[in-house]
Amino acid sequence: MSACSGRADIISTVEFNHTGELLATGDKGGRVVIFQREQESKNQVHRRGEYNVYSTFQSHEPEFDYLKSLEIEEKINKIRWLPQQNAAYFLLSTNDKTVKLWKVSERDKRPEGYNLKDEEGRLRDPATITTLRVPVLRPMDLMVEATPRRVFANAHTYHINSISVNSDYETYMSADDLRINLWNFEITNQSFNIVDIKPANMEELTEVITAAEFHPHHCNSFVYSSSKGTIRLCDMRASALCDRHSKFFEEPEDPSNRSFFSEIISSISDVKFSHSGRYIMTRDYLTVKVWDLNMENRPIETYQVHDYLRSKLCSLYENDCIFDKFECVWNGSDSVIMTGSYNNFFRMFDRNTKRDVTLEASRENSKPRAILKPRKVCVGGKRRKDEISVDSLDFSKKILHTAWHPSENIIAVAATNNLYIFQDKVN
Amino acid sequence: MRNLPGFWIPKDVSWEKFTKQGTQGTMFARGLKRKSAEDGEDVEGGLAGAQAMPSYSLQRQSLLDMSLVKLQLCHMLVEPNLCRSVLIANTVRQIQEEMAQDGTWRVVAPQAAGRAPLDRLVSTDILCRSVREQEGERPAPDAGDGHTPDLVPGLATVPSAQALRNPQSSLWEVDSSRENRGGFQKSLDQIFETLENKTSGSVEELFADVDSSYYDLDAVLTGMVGSTQSGHGSGLQAFSPATAAPPSSSCRSDLGELDHAVEILVET
Repeated sequence: MSACSGRADIISTVEFNHTGELLATGDKGGRVVIFQREQESKNQVHRRGEYNVYSTFQSHEPEFDYLKSLEIEEKINKIRWLPQQNAAYFLLSTNDKTVKLWKVSERDKRPEGYNLKDEEGRLRDPATITTLRVPVLRPMDLMVEATPRRVFANAHTYHINSISVNSDYETYMSADDLRINLWNFEITNQSFNIVDIKPANMEELTEVITAAEFHPHHCNSFVYSSSKGTIRLCDMRASALCDRHSKFFEEPEDPSNRSFFSEIISSISDVKFSHSGRYIMTRDYLTVKVWDLNMENRPIETYQVHDYLRSKLCSLYENDCIFDKFECVWNGSDSVIMTGSYNNFFRMFDRNTKRDVTLEASRENSKPRAILKPRKVCVGGKRRKDEISVDSLDFSKKILHTAWHPSENIIAVAATNNLYIFQDKVN
Repeated sequence: MRNLPGFWIPKDVSWEKFTKQGTQGTMFARGLKRKSAEDGEDVEGGLAGAQAMPSYSLQRQSLLDMSLVKLQLCHMLVEPNLCRSVLIANTVRQIQEEMAQDGTWRVVAPQAAGRAPLDRLVSTDILCRSVREQEGERPAPDAGDGHTPDLVPGLATVPSAQALRNPQSSLWEVDSSRENRGGFQKSLDQIFETLENKTSGSVEELFADVDSSYYDLDAVLTGMVGSTQSGHGSGLQAFSPATAAPPSSSCRSDLGELDHAVEILVET
């Protein structure tokens, strides 16, 4: 437990790497824990695919900004993996202000037999050396070490909400509430500002950037979402400062559904490109929407995550839950999308069959290898046996972060300080 | 309520106006006692029996008050979430605009102040209802009210966007200096002091130490954007006659409500 309010082990981000072999989590205390999938073994078929802890390290520490008399939280907001190019793994992790590039590598051999040093590393008295030998590499217990290779600091006045690795693997972007910066992995003391929506007069501020992501294949394109429910697609070839978008995605407001909370619930908390690069998915407070990049005036699909909350918006505004930022993810084939909700529920929507399911991530309901039972929230008066009524939902148990294996049906769900990994039963 | 240096809050959110407004029937603070829907209490039954379901404008006022408190109450050590602040401020603006259109920017007759205050923040079904349903409930814009000629004309006629804008330099920059931050605690202290020392009939005192560069009440009340003259004097003079009838009772109810304001601010 940390000294500040809240627990340090609350998971704040979850991300599979590009092969799905590794799963990284970041928490409120600035730690990163990486899980590795066990290799398949002929002898123990049933243990295939279990994830075990591979490496743990402290990525960020709390800092103090003396100029503003403000603390900078060490909470890890996002982790993004780089594609693997050699034996080592690389990932980016970020808190509110600083992005770091970490190298995670294995060491399973160590050199022995130095001439000038003894086994403990102490210098030997040259007078005692009578023979020369060649040091050899001997096996040792596997050690996984994480080293910070780059620190990208002092480029953000506001809080970083997103990082995204470009498909060129040479650059990445970091986005805060008002600006987006482009970095080269090799250069830490400079970044290019590519989006700036800060008004000259801060009093006129009415909209902020909420998420941003590079196109998976076109290294010149990226999208960013806003607190007013809009998405902008930008092309970096058009100009150095991408203040003018190439495409602007916004759904017209439904006048019959308008309330004082309309804008708040339209604020987009997450935006993700599909693996194909043809679609983008956005998450706002009550829905998940899929947009076709070729159609700007409305989404092609809208899924209700927990519409029963619509009549409770004022209470949710009062207790601040209405500002919760839920993420959303695609499965490997872009056919299913998943997002979290309250009461440790998370939802999956099959885009083809239009079927959806609500599942719960909780210890009581998940024995190992047991099949998750679909859950249902009842809205009306009559509650069936297995249903849970809206008023009984636990709003402190929110699933904000989930991840889907890039090619298999394995999902990782973060429920406050617990990580659940579920996978399809293979016959 | 003073500015919150170091944290972004739009300047066009005027605290005093709402605090004053809050004395007319809706409790600024009492209405914010938190009884969540999850308590399972029957909200309707909980209301002091005889009182009817609060009207739309009452609930709207509660929402406004709640929003202002939310903007004020920030974690002092960590920078508040800018997105959240922007969304709340936009909500406040929306409510303000609607209230300006309705013409509810006026001091209601004192008998309203005598009404039994709301016990809790009622289930906000009404506020969440769609516009269509609300059509019948909303107070019609009141064009012919001459009750407080000093206050109404400017507010009712000026376009909302203009009324809310103030050209003076913002105190809400996120990058404000440390010195300003220290000022917040001082401001808070001043407010508590003022509230504690309040005597009946001293409405002016409440506004006396408000930094006039921030609260250009004049500009808002008279609808003159960019007015830099006359500071508080005329603004307050415009105010006091309206609330002075009858002076003692309305001021005393001011006191009562302000005690609760202190309660809420301190509690959190």
